[in-house]
Amino acid sequence: MSTLIDCRNLTKTYEMGDTTINALAGVSISIEQGEYVAVMGASGSGKSTFMNLLGALDTPTSGHLRVAGNALSELNADQLADFRSGSIGFVFQQFNLLPRTPAVENVALPLVYAGVPAAERNRRALARLDQVGLADRSHHHPKQLSGGQQQRVAIARALVNDPAIILADEPTGALDSRTSEEVMGIFDQLNRDGITIILVTHEQDVADHAKRQLVFRDGLVVEDRS
Amino acid sequence: MNLLSSIGVALIALRVNFLRSALAMLGIIIGVASVIVLVSISEGTKRAVEAQIDSFGANLLIIRPGSSIFGGRRGGAGSASPLTDLDVQAVRDEIAGLSGVSGEVRTSVTAVFGGVNWTTSVTGVNADYFDARGWVIDEGRAFSASEDESGRRYAVIGQTLVNELFDGASPIGQSLRVSGQPVEVIGTVEAKGETSWGQDQDDVIFMPLETARSRLGAGVRGPTRDPVQTMYADVSAGEDTDRVIADIQDLLRIRRDIAPGAADDFTVASLAEFIRARNETENQLGLLLAVGAGIVLLVGGIGIMNIMLVSVTERTREIGLRLAVGAKRRDIRNQFLIESIVLCLIGGGLGLVAGIGGTSVYANVGQLDIAVSPLIVGVAVGASLFVGVFFGLYPAQRASRLNPIDALRFE
Repeated sequence: MSTLIDCRNLTKTYEMGDTTINALAGVSISIEQGEYVAVMGASGSGKSTFMNLLGALDTPTSGHLRVAGNALSELNADQLADFRSGSIGFVFQQFNLLPRTPAVENVALPLVYAGVPAAERNRRALARLDQVGLADRSHHHPKQLSGGQQQRVAIARALVNDPAIILADEPTGALDSRTSEEVMGIFDQLNRDGITIILVTHEQDVADHAKRQLVFRDGLVVEDRS
Repeated sequence: MNLLSSIGVALIALRVNFLRSALAMLGIIIGVASVIVLVSISEGTKRAVEAQIDSFGANLLIIRPGSSIFGGRRGGAGSASPLTDLDVQAVRDEIAGLSGVSGEVRTSVTAVFGGVNWTTSVTGVNADYFDARGWVIDEGRAFSASEDESGRRYAVIGQTLVNELFDGASPIGQSLRVSGQPVEVIGTVEAKGETSWGQDQDDVIFMPLETARSRLGAGVRGPTRDPVQTMYADVSAGEDTDRVIADIQDLLRIRRDIAPGAADDFTVASLAEFIRARNETENQLGLLLAVGAGIVLLVGGIGIMNIMLVSVTERTREIGLRLAVGAKRRDIRNQFLIESIVLCLIGGGLGLVAGIGGTSVYANVGQLDIAVSPLIVGVAVGASLFVGVFFGLYPAQRASRLNPIDALRFE
C-alpha cells in the first residue's frame, strides 16, 4: 500500500478577537491508500479542522501536508480547486444539495466545473445514482426526497469525479439510526471497492464501521487504533 | 463551465426569486424606456424642425430694414428707410451665388368670389419668389418677370382659398375681387400646412409685387419710391452662406450710404439659422431630460447591485459547496456576473418594448412623425449590458473571494 495522506507537525490557529485558538497543535499522521478511517473526538477537539485541511477547504498555519501527491501549501487557489475537483469527494452533515435542482443535476455539479460535456455528465451522474440505489429518483428535487435519500444523492455527487478520497463530515449526524446504517452500508461497500474513506463522527457505532480510529483531543491525536 | 449552462443557472436563480428580480429590473426597465422615449421625441422634433426649414426654403436669406438712428435715438425694428426695387435689382445683378431674389410686400384684403367674402392677405412678390420660398405650382402657372414688371392683375392662390372661395373646384381663369380690384387667378400652389406656431401658410394670395403695391397700396409708407418690406435671397446649393451674407451686407452699406464703422441699419438673416435658434431651447430641454433618464438608469443599476449583494450573502453556503466540488474563483465570479447581466438585459429588453410602445403612443397623440432609430435601440441594449457588468462586478468579485470553509459554515 502507498501513502495517500502524509502530514507532519500540522498546526492551525484561529484569531478570535484577543484570544488565539490552537485548533490543531501539531498533528503528524499518515494514511495509506484504501484505508477506512474514523476521526473522533469531542466538539472543539480539532477533528473537523483536520478534515477541512485534508480537503483543501482551509489552509494550515504551519506544517507539512501532502495529499495524493500534492503538497497543498504550495498550491494556489486555482490549483487547489483542481485538486478538490480531481482527488476529493465531500459528504456533509447537512447534505448541501442545491435546492430546486433535480438529483441528477446535483450529482453532476462537480463535472460541470471539471469541464465535462453535458451528455457525458448526465450519463455519469445517472450511473452514480444507480450505484447508491436512487436511479428512479433522478429527477426528484431534494425537497421530495427523505433525509437518507438526500445523503445518498450527496454520496453519488462525491463519487462522480472518481476521487481518490471520500471525506465525510458527520455523514449520519442528521439521520435516524436505521437510515444511518443504510448510509454506512454504502460507505462500507465503497471501501471494499478500494476507495479511501475518512469520516468524522462522534458516534461509536458509526466509527466501528471503520478499520482505523483516530481520536482527537485539544488539537492532537491522542489515540490511533486499528 | 460554459456560457450556456451559466446562463441557465442564472435564469433559475432569477426565477426562484421572481418578485425580487422583477423589482430590481424595474429600475432598468424605467431607465431604458425613458431614455428611448425622450431621445426619440427629441430626434423627432429635430426632424420636424428640419422639415419646416425645408418648407421655407433651406438656404433662404431674409433682408429687412433695421432700426433707424436719428439724433441719438434708436427707432424700432423696421423704422429705417425701406428697401426698394432698386435694392432688389442690385442684389440680383451684383451678388454671386444666388439662385433667386425677390422683394415682398404684404397687405390685408377681403377677397370676394360668387358672394363669398374671405379675409386674407395679399403677398406681392417677384417671379423668383416661388422657387426661393419653395412654393410648388399645383395648377395653372406662376407669373413671369415681365408680367410682374408690367403690373398685370394676376393672382396665384393657396389651397385654403381654393377650398373657401371655390369649394375645391378649379379657380383657373376665374375673376376674383380683391379689395374691390378684379384680378384673374392664373395658378394655385400646393399646400404647405400650418407652421409650428399654428399659422395657416395656405391662406394666401400671391400677386405681382408692382400690382400689389400700386393697386392695393401694399408696403407703401412714407416718401420712398418703389418700397419693398422684405427681400428674400435664395443661396444656391453648395455656396458659402456666410460669404453671400457678407457680400450682401457690403453692397447694401454702400447703397445706403453707411459710414465705415457705423452700424448696419438693415439685417440679413438666414431663416434656417433663425428656426434652429428658436429650437435650441427645446433641444437643451431634451438633453436635460435625457440626462435625467440616464440618472434613472444609474439608480436602477444601484438597485441591481444591491440585489446582487443580497443574493451573494443569501447563497454563501451554495458558493461554499460549489468551491468544494471544484469551482474556481472565476467560475463563481462569472456565475454572479452573468446573473447580473441577464437581469439587466431582460430589464433592458422589457424597457425597450415599453420605450417603443411609449414612443408610438406619444407619436399618435401628438401627431408627430417619430420612429425609434436602431441606433437608440443599440445604445439602450449597450447601456443595460454596461449596467449589468458595472454594477454586477463588485458583488461577483465579493462572492468569488470567499474562503471555501467560511462559506460552507456561513449561517
